[in-house]
Amino acid sequence: MAVPQIVVENLAKSFLVPERHPGLWGALRGVVRRRHRRVEALKGVSFAIEPGELVGYIGPNGAGKSTTIKILAGILVPDSGRCEVMGRAPWVRRIENAAEIGVVFGQRTQLWWDLPAIESFDLLAAIYRVPKRDHIASRDELVEWLDLAPLLDTPVRQLSLGQRMRCDIAAALLHRPALLYLDEPTIGLDAVAKLAVRQFIRRINDERGTTVILTTHDMDDIEALTRRVLLIGEGRLLYDGTLAGLRAKVTRERRLILDLANGAEEPRDPDAEIVGREGKRIHLRFDPDRIAAPELIARITAKCPVRDLFVENPPIEEIIAELYEGNAL
Amino acid sequence: MRPYLAIVSARFRMLLQYRAAAWAGVATQGFWGLIRVMVFDAFYRSSSATQPMTLDQTVSYIWLGQATIGLLIFSVDADVRDMVRTGTVAYELARPVDLFSLWYWRSVASRAAPTLLRCMPIMVLAIALRGLGPPASVASGFAWVLSQVAALMLSAAVMTLATISLLWTVSGEGISRLLPMVAWLSTGIVIPLPLFPDWAQPILNSLPFAGMLDTPARVYMGHIDAGHASLAIARQLAWTLALVWLGRLLIARGTRRLVVQGG
Amino acid sequence: MFSDIVLYARYLAVSMRGQMQYRASLVMQSIANLLGSGIEFIGIWALFSRFGTLRGWALCEVGLFYGVVNVSFAIADALMGGFDLLASTIRSGEFDRVLVRPRSVTLQVAAREVQLRRAGSFLQGLVVLLWSAWALQVEWTVARLALLTVTVAAGACFFSGLFMLQATMAFWTIESLEVMNTLTYGGRDTAQYPLSIYQRWFRRFFTFAVPVACVGYYPVLVIAGRPDPLGAPAILGWLTPWAGIAFLLVCLRVFGFGVRHYRSTGS
Repeated sequence: MAVPQIVVENLAKSFLVPERHPGLWGALRGVVRRRHRRVEALKGVSFAIEPGELVGYIGPNGAGKSTTIKILAGILVPDSGRCEVMGRAPWVRRIENAAEIGVVFGQRTQLWWDLPAIESFDLLAAIYRVPKRDHIASRDELVEWLDLAPLLDTPVRQLSLGQRMRCDIAAALLHRPALLYLDEPTIGLDAVAKLAVRQFIRRINDERGTTVILTTHDMDDIEALTRRVLLIGEGRLLYDGTLAGLRAKVTRERRLILDLANGAEEPRDPDAEIVGREGKRIHLRFDPDRIAAPELIARITAKCPVRDLFVENPPIEEIIAELYEGNAL
Repeated sequence: MRPYLAIVSARFRMLLQYRAAAWAGVATQGFWGLIRVMVFDAFYRSSSATQPMTLDQTVSYIWLGQATIGLLIFSVDADVRDMVRTGTVAYELARPVDLFSLWYWRSVASRAAPTLLRCMPIMVLAIALRGLGPPASVASGFAWVLSQVAALMLSAAVMTLATISLLWTVSGEGISRLLPMVAWLSTGIVIPLPLFPDWAQPILNSLPFAGMLDTPARVYMGHIDAGHASLAIARQLAWTLALVWLGRLLIARGTRRLVVQGG
Repeated sequence: MFSDIVLYARYLAVSMRGQMQYRASLVMQSIANLLGSGIEFIGIWALFSRFGTLRGWALCEVGLFYGVVNVSFAIADALMGGFDLLASTIRSGEFDRVLVRPRSVTLQVAAREVQLRRAGSFLQGLVVLLWSAWALQVEWTVARLALLTVTVAAGACFFSGLFMLQATMAFWTIESLEVMNTLTYGGRDTAQYPLSIYQRWFRRFFTFAVPVACVGYYPVLVIAGRPDPLGAPAILGWLTPWAGIAFLLVCLRVFGFGVRHYRSTGS
């Protein structure tokens, strides 16, 4: 019987944000007296994560994702609620917890700017108290999986963003943590680098059994990697389950995209609704429960010459926006 | 004129945000002044020989220095230094305002804002502690205000020159590190200039830095009486113009050099 | 504990190597640092040449106070340089990284950077110290040498504590660390002169509240072999340096309090 690795129950956290007054006179007033406003970042979030899971943690900006990660990493102390990572409250037993986790903050590197990457790795081994032999084994494995060999002797400040991110991910895993928190790891990366990072994440989850929590805005990351998705909005957990389930929860619609042949008119059909047009490309929306895709396609192409077509799911951002606004749960 | 006013206003607003820093500055300068006054007091009580300035005058001098210390800090404009280092200074060159004026007025603003903020409270504090007396006469007081404004212009010119030197040395090291030491000493903030050894007086008085603190302080105390004050202020302005002229010359050379090197 | 020291040494080595890369700049900065701090003594010399004496103290006696305090300060300044960076570390969000690592926060912050260029002011202080000791013809016994060593070490601890306090303020406000300069740099500047020249309330403040006199005035009196014009017994000079070390321990506590505050408010 697997014990959940992470247990979060009714986690709540709010912050005091100072208010700023506009203009020069307002600034002078601000010198004398300052007012604060309370912002609730988390309003009672609960979930559990088993060892070895690969979970996506998504939501709009300011929804509370970073706050949750910071609490799990032991950086922040929550206002109320229960949180246990491997049986410990991370903010209470900070150092013990830190030894078992790896964190990658997407926009801030943890490597030493002026040093070659390999020396950063050595320094980290000293920080995490990894015995030399274990460090070399782990390091070499990561270097091979992430293809870092040509980069190791270059000072970090000379690496490209993609190269640096790969080194950062390796750095976070040198001490073989049981848990890996990735905060926007693919932000700013080109397509090739993103693919490499995704492949690696899947591999580290498969071969080392590392539990991964991935925070990202990039829906392709989510679709490619995660089976389970936690959606957070305005401090509340709006959804916890599979991606397909998320889609189904909000909408049972599908999209039919047609590239019209020359001279063709826009198709009209009682079961399909036009939601977009780009030149000769028409986006149609339909409910597959009302009409099966093949039938709809047959009907439309009978009336309307079509050069190409495809059927797809609606973009996830739309689903989330809809879910979030309508709070369909 | 409007763009320059906007710059000054924006700088003011930025600095006012750090309200704790504003009060902290007053406390810092107040404490510093106190230490210096105590040390000088001890020195004066150690010797009965007559000195170029009385103790009261020295104490006033010190407090005026603390009140206007914002004019004396020799630091290059940090924004410009970062811009030169990252190469974004090219954007500065592309703006439709004269570069020297832009930097000069920014210096004026970054000098004037903290000084105005601290000057009044520190002077009030100094008067309350009976360290700073009133100006030697109404005429002296009026002349002092003029001289202080001239000191601001001069100080901004000096700082702009230091900033311009960044176009040559990227990290702001070298000359721009060593020169401030000499300049700092020659303003009179460490030791009032009249108290330096007699042989040093002509040298110190011939430097532009004397106009940044020593001149207005002496005008205030009547050390330079109201009649001669106009001459002293004229010297301050003359130095300012000379440094501005030099600055414009150097900035043209410096930007050409940057463009040639490709930033 | 031992592994902490080893880690600290490694951090320092890394920081030093980073700075050695810019060798020319480092030399320039060291010279500038030396001159900059030397200006203070030039000022003192100028005043002595005009006034002759400072309440009965000669230039070489003042030089001894000056030298000891400056050397202590420079050591603390160099080793605890990482605390200067704390404010910007917090602002940039990098402090979170410190909390995510399984090591002491204090260690990581302190070790972050060592400022080699501060060697300039160390040298300047040392030169003044040695010259003054020679000019005073100090009788160097083993006990006196030991006291000097302890005093400098305790002074370094004391100023380190002050830097820690100053940095701790960054957990509450973005930008008002300047006011603590009155205690750090102000404390040093005050202790450069013999305490006896100051007024009573000032002496009290810097003996009991911010005990810089404990790591400067009293022990140096013993080393110089001069009696205290204020009448304190000589034994004091042997005991007071320990106050400097105790002060550091208090400051460590306060720093921990600051870290707790950061972790409950998030920034």
